[in-house]
Amino acid sequence: MAGGKEWVEVEASNFKQLLDALEVKHPGLGPQIKRGVSLSLDGVIYREAWFTEIGPENEIILMPYMVGG
Amino acid sequence: MALDDQAKRTFKVVGTRVGRPDGIDKVTGKAAYGADITAPGMLHGRILRSPHAHARIKSIDVSEAAKLAGVKAVVTGADLAIPDDEGFADIAINCLARDKVFYDGHAVAAVAATSKSIAKQAIRLIKVDYEILPHVTDVDAAMKPDAPAVQEGRALENVPAGMSQNVTTRCAFGHGDVDAGFAKADKIIERSFKTAATHQGYIEPQACLATLGSDGRGEVWCCTQGQYMVRANCAAVLGIEESQLRVISSEIGGGFGGKTSTFIEPVALALSRKSGKPVKMVMTRDEVLRATGPTISASMDIKIGMTNDGRITAARGELRYSGGAYPNETIEMGAQAAFAAYDLEAVETVGWNVMTNRPKEIPYRAPGAPTSIYAVESVVDELCQELGLDPLDVRLLNAARKGTLSAYGPTFNEIGLVATLEAAKAHPHYTAPLGPNQGRGLSCGFWFNFGGNTCVSLNINDDGTVGVVEGNPDIGGSRASISMMAAEELGVPYEKVRTVIADTSALGFNDITDGSRVTFAVGLATIEAARAAIREMCRRAAKIWGIDEDAVLWEDGAAVPAGPNAGTHPPMTLAEIAAVAGNTGGPIAGHHEVNADGAGVSFGVHLVDTEVDPETGATKILRYTVFQDAGKAVHPDYVEGQMQGGAVQGIGWALNEEYIYGEDGRLQNAGFLDYRIPVASDLPEIETVILEIPNPGHPYGVRGVGETPIVPPLAAISNAVSRAAGVRMCELPMSPPRLLKAMTG
Repeated sequence: MAGGKEWVEVEASNFKQLLDALEVKHPGLGPQIKRGVSLSLDGVIYREAWFTEIGPENEIILMPYMVGG
Repeated sequence: MALDDQAKRTFKVVGTRVGRPDGIDKVTGKAAYGADITAPGMLHGRILRSPHAHARIKSIDVSEAAKLAGVKAVVTGADLAIPDDEGFADIAINCLARDKVFYDGHAVAAVAATSKSIAKQAIRLIKVDYEILPHVTDVDAAMKPDAPAVQEGRALENVPAGMSQNVTTRCAFGHGDVDAGFAKADKIIERSFKTAATHQGYIEPQACLATLGSDGRGEVWCCTQGQYMVRANCAAVLGIEESQLRVISSEIGGGFGGKTSTFIEPVALALSRKSGKPVKMVMTRDEVLRATGPTISASMDIKIGMTNDGRITAARGELRYSGGAYPNETIEMGAQAAFAAYDLEAVETVGWNVMTNRPKEIPYRAPGAPTSIYAVESVVDELCQELGLDPLDVRLLNAARKGTLSAYGPTFNEIGLVATLEAAKAHPHYTAPLGPNQGRGLSCGFWFNFGGNTCVSLNINDDGTVGVVEGNPDIGGSRASISMMAAEELGVPYEKVRTVIADTSALGFNDITDGSRVTFAVGLATIEAARAAIREMCRRAAKIWGIDEDAVLWEDGAAVPAGPNAGTHPPMTLAEIAAVAGNTGGPIAGHHEVNADGAGVSFGVHLVDTEVDPETGATKILRYTVFQDAGKAVHPDYVEGQMQGGAVQGIGWALNEEYIYGEDGRLQNAGFLDYRIPVASDLPEIETVILEIPNPGHPYGVRGVGETPIVPPLAAISNAVSRAAGVRMCELPMSPPRLLKAMTG
């Protein structure tokens, strides 16, 4: 979805900017982002928080949207 | 935040075993469940269901049914809207089929009549002309390119071209060079596993009472895990506005994820709209099993390499899940969770979701994780056996811990797996002697946990009591836990606080009760709401004392001057401030709205002893101990109940429960006589050990505990049975015939 890359680089200071930038730079991620994603920030999972601040020192992982029972 | 503060905090209410607020109502029959409400002029609804696994609906003739005396309305799929949103559209088509039926039990039409017997008679008069289509109920068969297509055009962009139309999703997770890792291994084991679909097995069937007038205003009373979800689903498939629909959640007789969707509420509303009368619907057990969500069925391949001293060098998994006749995301949860308990240099998991002619899968506690972790933990156990290693030592050697790059991507922060494993190793159960035909098994378990959208209102009553209003049905003791956290924060006795569940018109939106989120997220919002009320009470006390509000503190349930400079005013208790609230500015309340994050992942370890009967293949559970990190156990009774309940459900899943389909694609065991869940006489006392490693994301350190306990039992029991029987079992359930066949070759 991201051209086979495991790690990608974009400029963003919060999750919303990150997702917008990913869609522009890696259009293959677009459908998944539209369906919903969770984001892990330094190991803590966020489901929807657009304006969570992020920086170059943070580890950000894109994950499928979490569902539970 | 302040993890250090949490560890040192001394609680007064949290951590005690107070009386449960719903206990007397439930044991005396006073509690009102889904089927317990009636209304004047109420009609009884009943659904006609498909007798075929897969068929095209050529025509539906309802004329004879509509003519029957006492029948007031008949509806079919044409009476529901098909929303643009695929998720809502699937719900609409699952509530009442359109062009095709996808599984045995799929709803086709419904009637509302003045009595249950007339409704039953009427559905027999509905004539449906079916064109029977080829069907497929097995996940592996459904993946073959020439398999009958359950639905067409549902594959996501991540599915490679040329596959069966039943394949809807592919996902992949992992890191490192797996092939290089396998090259370093002294021993590699690769096994294939299958698990049957199982039902959540809640005691209370789905039930509702619905009214919808010609003005578009309606109400629904129902048993559900989320009244706001019911409102959204019903509004979408009936084409009405959410503000016009009020949904009230009843007491709930079990959910376990199975009540996170809607099956009958939109149908009852459609019947009410057509008849102009309230319509009550109560599912039979047969309907519950045939048409509401079982969990996934699965087929899995797991390969793990290990050195002679027990270090895992590489791991690979391929998981094929079927969530029934619709696409779903459970495979993504299962694939991420599979290897989460391990610190691995190289790991790769690929997952596929495959449609079959089975009912629409609905989440079941930790959806997707029990099956994938069952397969992984079985191979780890077999490697330990083959290499002569202690299975607990091997798990400790390879355990994920703070700083581990998890198999699903994130680097773990504070997690409790090692502490949980160490507790299991130190427990006398682990070294207790075993007899002939007996075996001991263990397994790690993992679940993500999450928070989500949450609103809480906390009202300070004029008599000094406190009312908390929250929006999540209480399926696991949350009303007690929420009251306890409010009491703790306010500094008042637990008995002074009452928590009630709001209907959709009384409080802002709340996510469903799922993801082990309620004690974490609603608790967090309650604490913040209490803090808001405390700030206001301090402000009122400051006014009364004529001092600056910053000069007032809240201690032990009372406002006090912050220091000598603030004066010598005696403390004003919550009750004293509440009594004069009208004089000091009006009613006092606190509220908090949040999309809570920081839930903190959860790990557990289960240890079980089994004895197998070599003549019958029957398995007896001799001893069972659950170890789990709860962050902070707010009410230990409920935490233990979650741990015990998960173990018991897992015992059923491992030993007996399964959806059995005939050659005709019809479910063969739609009743509790043939679908065997464990009963008390099958079980030993389930011992529990709660660990408390505080979650930094919660003011009191709370982690969700509701789902992790269902994850380890499958593998723990399979490992115990495999060791007792002397043969490695790779299919669930390990029912007596299957185990006997394996033992006798």
